[in-house]
Amino acid sequence: MNASDNQLVGFYRCMRLIRRFEERVVELVNRNEIVGTTHEYVGEEAVATGVCHALGVEDVITSTHRGHGHILAKGGDPRRMVAELMGRKTGYNGGRGGSMHIADLGLGIYGANGIVGAGVPIACGAAMAFKQRDSSRVAVAFFGDGAINQGVVHEAMNLACIWQLPVVFVCENNGYGITASIRDMSRIQKLSDRAAAYGMPAETVDGMDVRAVHAATTALVARARAGGGPSFIECLTYRFVGHFTAERALGLKYRTEQEVAEWRLRDPIATYPLWLRDQKLCDPARVDEEVEAQLEEAIAYARESELPAPQDALQGMYAVTYPGLPARGW
Amino acid sequence: MREMRYLEAMREGLREEMLRDDAVFVLGEDVRNSVRGLTKGLFQEFGAKRVYDTPISEAGFTGLATGAAIAGMRPVVEYQINALVFVAFDQLVDQAQKLRYMMGGQGTIPVTYVVMASGARRGLSGQHSDHPYPLLVHMGMKTVMPATPEDAKGLMKAAIREDDPVVIFAPSALLANKGPVPDGDYLTPLGRARIAREGKDLTIVALGPLVPDALKCAETLAAEGVSAEVIDPRSLLPLDHDTLLRSVRKTGRVVIFDDSNRTCGYAAEISAVVADQAWHALRAPVRRITRSDVPVPFSIALDTCVLPSPERLLEACRASVKETRT
Repeated sequence: MNASDNQLVGFYRCMRLIRRFEERVVELVNRNEIVGTTHEYVGEEAVATGVCHALGVEDVITSTHRGHGHILAKGGDPRRMVAELMGRKTGYNGGRGGSMHIADLGLGIYGANGIVGAGVPIACGAAMAFKQRDSSRVAVAFFGDGAINQGVVHEAMNLACIWQLPVVFVCENNGYGITASIRDMSRIQKLSDRAAAYGMPAETVDGMDVRAVHAATTALVARARAGGGPSFIECLTYRFVGHFTAERALGLKYRTEQEVAEWRLRDPIATYPLWLRDQKLCDPARVDEEVEAQLEEAIAYARESELPAPQDALQGMYAVTYPGLPARGW
Repeated sequence: MREMRYLEAMREGLREEMLRDDAVFVLGEDVRNSVRGLTKGLFQEFGAKRVYDTPISEAGFTGLATGAAIAGMRPVVEYQINALVFVAFDQLVDQAQKLRYMMGGQGTIPVTYVVMASGARRGLSGQHSDHPYPLLVHMGMKTVMPATPEDAKGLMKAAIREDDPVVIFAPSALLANKGPVPDGDYLTPLGRARIAREGKDLTIVALGPLVPDALKCAETLAAEGVSAEVIDPRSLLPLDHDTLLRSVRKTGRVVIFDDSNRTCGYAAEISAVVADQAWHALRAPVRRITRSDVPVPFSIALDTCVLPSPERLLEACRASVKETRT
């Protein structure tokens, strides 16, 4: 099924929002308004956008440490995201999660995750619940090429296949697990070939082409909704920036400038608006302005938001509480 | 009251909850044929959508339970062997237990994990004999270990209804024990200890499989003119500090009889609570009879030096009552 004109414009808005969100986040990290470090999704925007636009609000995703893009694409509110990154009370997690744990269960976002691959079985569990309840909802597990060698990911793929769960495994192959090239970490270079071991269909798509990602995901989501079971999409993509914000300071050299430059030529944020303009679908500059305003407002919202009270740190661990639980450290 | 075996009572609790709530389902290794006996007959009664045999993928199916629970189900995960908890550890403590907190209190994760045949049995050696409840408690996971058939049923039902992850240890030494079990629907609440025997001279805090031996020890002491109180915490997290401290303040003497390792074990936590909160009442040092810090050895000739023994408990109790402090 082809995307509608509205969707095609929506893809750009979403990708632009992710790119500019990440660039603004880096500024805030550099100014110490965001404490710690974050993992930027710069370069990979077409993947989250294409996948999440093939889902409904009732569908579930699990994300990764590089999660901002997935969350924005699934409908996450930039105001509450920036507030979380700034550790505010109004943040998605009330300041208890931060960049690697943003979640919005109401939007089907079962959390970014700080442990590589750990969200994959959790997505499968949601799919198990949907199947048990004869619901047509589906789940998507996002993970990277780094997670393709993590045991629990393979356990989850096998479980999903033996029980034919409505889940789509989305492998974002950006070529590197931190500094480790997938060329050195897997004898099999086409990561979608791994799916055959579990008996599910798989394909490899151009992860810099939002329409290709969207079309592939739409077909596999429809298949899962109809009871066709799990499937696997490998999206070939690239991060234009370091593994995390602090990487520049480490002076790491694991990619050539030429390699980065070659991938930059395929930057969806550069190429896609040209296509949109040729098709006379919208004026991208207009979208850009709207995105800037939205992010300005989100940052202002976060800056104005209260910090949580220190004692809030002991709240929220248990749904059912008891005297003395959780124990205090003094 | 009717008499039942521990394992039967636990199974009855699980079955009643499956009848009561169709969100409850079981997953684990060999649960359809029920190698451990907990799920016997449930596949026949409830069918394939309520009882899942899993592949040998403990981390994987533990993670699935988390996702299913966030999506509204109430999974019951069976670990066939105690040490499998280690294989699933990230998914237990770093995911299921931490997620709600890290999400800022969103959602609920009502998973029950049953560690079947926990603790040591003769000849099973190093990787089938562990009792790792302190590790789970340390990470904030609600953890219970019933000592009687009545509590086996009542805590199983309470754990399944709790809107948080709960681990139940079902010690192999207790599974065949018989005891009275009330009829009908009842819960044993988390966070309340049981006074297994009342006494006034000495408190024995006994954990799970050691409760029957502690009661025998109290009998022996009674014949020697010493009145021992036996506390069975049964809910390890939350721990009922009030019942424990009330007993220690009454007796002034405490011996902890614990089936976990010595260093940073469960007895260490109880000792610290007593030292913090009941120091003025103590008339003797807190004594601990625990496991030694080695894996459980294979040979029966060796395990008396490793597992907490009733003989050492009796000696520790006798030594405690001899202490005088004015």
